[in-house]
Amino acid sequence: MQEQILFAGFGGQGVMFVGQLLAYAAMDANYEVTWIPSYGPEMRGGTAHCTVVMSDKPIGSPIVSYPGIAVAFNNPSFEKYEPIVATNGLLVYNSSLIDQKPQRTDIQMLAVPATDIADELGNLRLTNIVMLGALLAARPLLTLDQLRHALEGHIPSHRRNLLDLNLQALERGAALVLHTPQM
Amino acid sequence: MSTTVCVPNMEVVYERPIALADVHTHYCPGCTHGTAHRLLAEALDELHMQDRAILVASVGCSVFSYKYFNVDSCEAAHGRAPAMATGIKRVNPDNIVVTYQGDGDLASIGIAEAIHAATRGDNITIVFINNAIYGMTGGQMAPTSLPGQRTNSSPLGRDVRSAGYPMRVSELLSQLDGTAYIVRRSLHDAKNVRKAKKALLTALKVQEAGLGFSMVEMLSSCPTNWGMNPQEALQWVEDSMLPYYPIGDYKVIDAVRELM
Amino acid sequence: MAKEMLKGNVAIAEAAVRAGLQAYFGYPITPQTELLEHLSKRMVELGRVFLQAESEVAAINMVYGAACTGVRVMTSSSSPGISLMQEGLSYIAGSDIPTVLIDVMRGGPGLGNILPSQGDYFQVTRSAGHGDYHPIVLAPASVQEAIDFTVLAFDLAEYYRHIVIVAADGQIGQMMEPAELPEMRPVNEKRPEWALTGAIDRDPNIITSIYLEGHEMEAYNLKVQAKLKEVKKSEARWVEHWTEDMDLLVVGYGTAGRIAYSAVEEARERGMKVGLLRPQTLWPFPEKRLSELTDEIEAVLVVEMNAGQMLEDVRLAVSGQIPVGFYGRMGGVVPMPDEILDAIDTHYKRLAIRLRDKERV
Repeated sequence: MQEQILFAGFGGQGVMFVGQLLAYAAMDANYEVTWIPSYGPEMRGGTAHCTVVMSDKPIGSPIVSYPGIAVAFNNPSFEKYEPIVATNGLLVYNSSLIDQKPQRTDIQMLAVPATDIADELGNLRLTNIVMLGALLAARPLLTLDQLRHALEGHIPSHRRNLLDLNLQALERGAALVLHTPQM
Repeated sequence: MSTTVCVPNMEVVYERPIALADVHTHYCPGCTHGTAHRLLAEALDELHMQDRAILVASVGCSVFSYKYFNVDSCEAAHGRAPAMATGIKRVNPDNIVVTYQGDGDLASIGIAEAIHAATRGDNITIVFINNAIYGMTGGQMAPTSLPGQRTNSSPLGRDVRSAGYPMRVSELLSQLDGTAYIVRRSLHDAKNVRKAKKALLTALKVQEAGLGFSMVEMLSSCPTNWGMNPQEALQWVEDSMLPYYPIGDYKVIDAVRELM
Repeated sequence: MAKEMLKGNVAIAEAAVRAGLQAYFGYPITPQTELLEHLSKRMVELGRVFLQAESEVAAINMVYGAACTGVRVMTSSSSPGISLMQEGLSYIAGSDIPTVLIDVMRGGPGLGNILPSQGDYFQVTRSAGHGDYHPIVLAPASVQEAIDFTVLAFDLAEYYRHIVIVAADGQIGQMMEPAELPEMRPVNEKRPEWALTGAIDRDPNIITSIYLEGHEMEAYNLKVQAKLKEVKKSEARWVEHWTEDMDLLVVGYGTAGRIAYSAVEEARERGMKVGLLRPQTLWPFPEKRLSELTDEIEAVLVVEMNAGQMLEDVRLAVSGQIPVGFYGRMGGVVPMPDEILDAIDTHYKRLAIRLRDKERV
């Protein structure tokens, strides 16, 4: 098994952190894992992205041309990464902010109103965790419990007061997929 | 090796300082590098620093100064002596770290390293020999060459419209808060030589007390490249250099005054 | 120690601390700045020396000074900064002073960009400054290797009294993966007998790289060459994958070697007889092993993130016996596994045609 997951969005949407969180959980679950950020010119404005590769054997390349899963947080990311998701792959997108219609028919699309849900929970910064919850419900790479442990272990100390809200966000994202009929 | 000859009823008036190696130097006749070397060695002796001093030699006529002092020493790249000294002092704070640099080395290729060591207040001592010319490479214009001064690379005299103005290093470095003791002395006569020695003693004491960056600039002569005999050269220091580079104490912080 | 999720730059910095680093002098430059930032905190915490220099020129000369006193010292930078350090490196090499340098390579020439590259192969393996010498160059392909090679770098530097460069790239510096840090080693307080510590009860030590007489300078050079010969004999390191029963050998190091691994793995799955040689030391280059393998294979494909620099070493080792192909991306563009796979496929087909023609003849 080898999965490549690309997270992309504006700086400040927690794209890097959510990728790291998945990587921590994968490591704790004894997977081989790599996390690599974009740190080039696109960091200034536009989109930032990171790629997580998790595998049950040693990982060669930490980057791929055609990731199996992409998670798009904003319009520019959606435009950039929809075309490169591997055939039969999955595109999770933040439908609160992305107003475009998907073009691909050979990949699975999952619309998540993540920013709205985060807003309901009272903190827009939870958008990334809602997205991750939805992703894991659609593709059970790891269990929600494994993610909960990772959150408890790796949430920055100055955000520790938000741990419960983060756990709620994870569940809200997952519930959205588990309790909604798929398109 | 030197031999001591005992003659009854006679007083020893000259001895080689322990910190000065018993070798011939390569300096030209009449050059004041020899004087400066002896002053530094005497100062190290008097303060009992010979066995904990580390000398950083520079590039220029003083390139072999590491051979002339009886202390641990190393040879820096052009201009980099203050950086090297910083590296040494930071890991060996108990050693006395001294750079010995000429004007081309310090004021031209190494001015960045000198300024930053000074502004950091690195607790090192720079002995700065200013003879207004590049000696080692054969008499080219230095950053300290005087307006109108003829050199092998300013044959018509330094034209400030093209070559800019001489750099007054002591004045420049004294503006930096990290500096503790910055003075200019001259080696053109006995009285001034004695004052230069006193300044070296103070500078080394400043370092020993951990007060910060110290530098003694010494106006020096270069008879060979100036095309003068030694006596004329000393006169030129007095007549031409002193007006442009006034002797004086450019920075003496209060804590240093207590040492003097 | 347990594995932790570590970013390459931070892992290198912490590995150096645990290897007993006593002083660090450096200057910020992307993509290695986290390394300097980590040390700015850790070294001070531990009461060791950290100093942000005014330039890479000053940093390497501070390293030179501190190294002359016999302590464990290092600096780190990225390509344009390494260019500035060439002067200091040459002086260090000219005075047999152990020094460790980390180069997190980025795209060039010129100011270039901050993306991963292997464009420094020449400048780190071919002498690093003026004069005749080669630094020892270690090329990690993972965060774990970055850690292990940093520790190894100090040991090799001290053993040979030589410069050891860990040549990583922006990708190794920026990526995170699980890796294990070594135990904290105690700082070695003992100074070697050549070190500048003050001439207490001994003759002065002198460290210099100047030998005015030609024959003296040549004698020194011969000494350096003898040392390098020893290094060449003992220190070449590499890893091999699928090198038994192969027709085509892919050679790549660092990030390019790691990405090539994915491509070669896929090529094997598709039935191509392809292997991978990943040099871990760029100098000494594992030329002997490559030369041995040359007898067993039909062609070599070199993969680099530059215009073909290690390619020259591969050609020297192969000595014209078999074709040597090249696939490279430049300017901070990282080759993707499928691109390398395409290159393997092309070379493999070419090879098949040639082998068929050979059989016909």
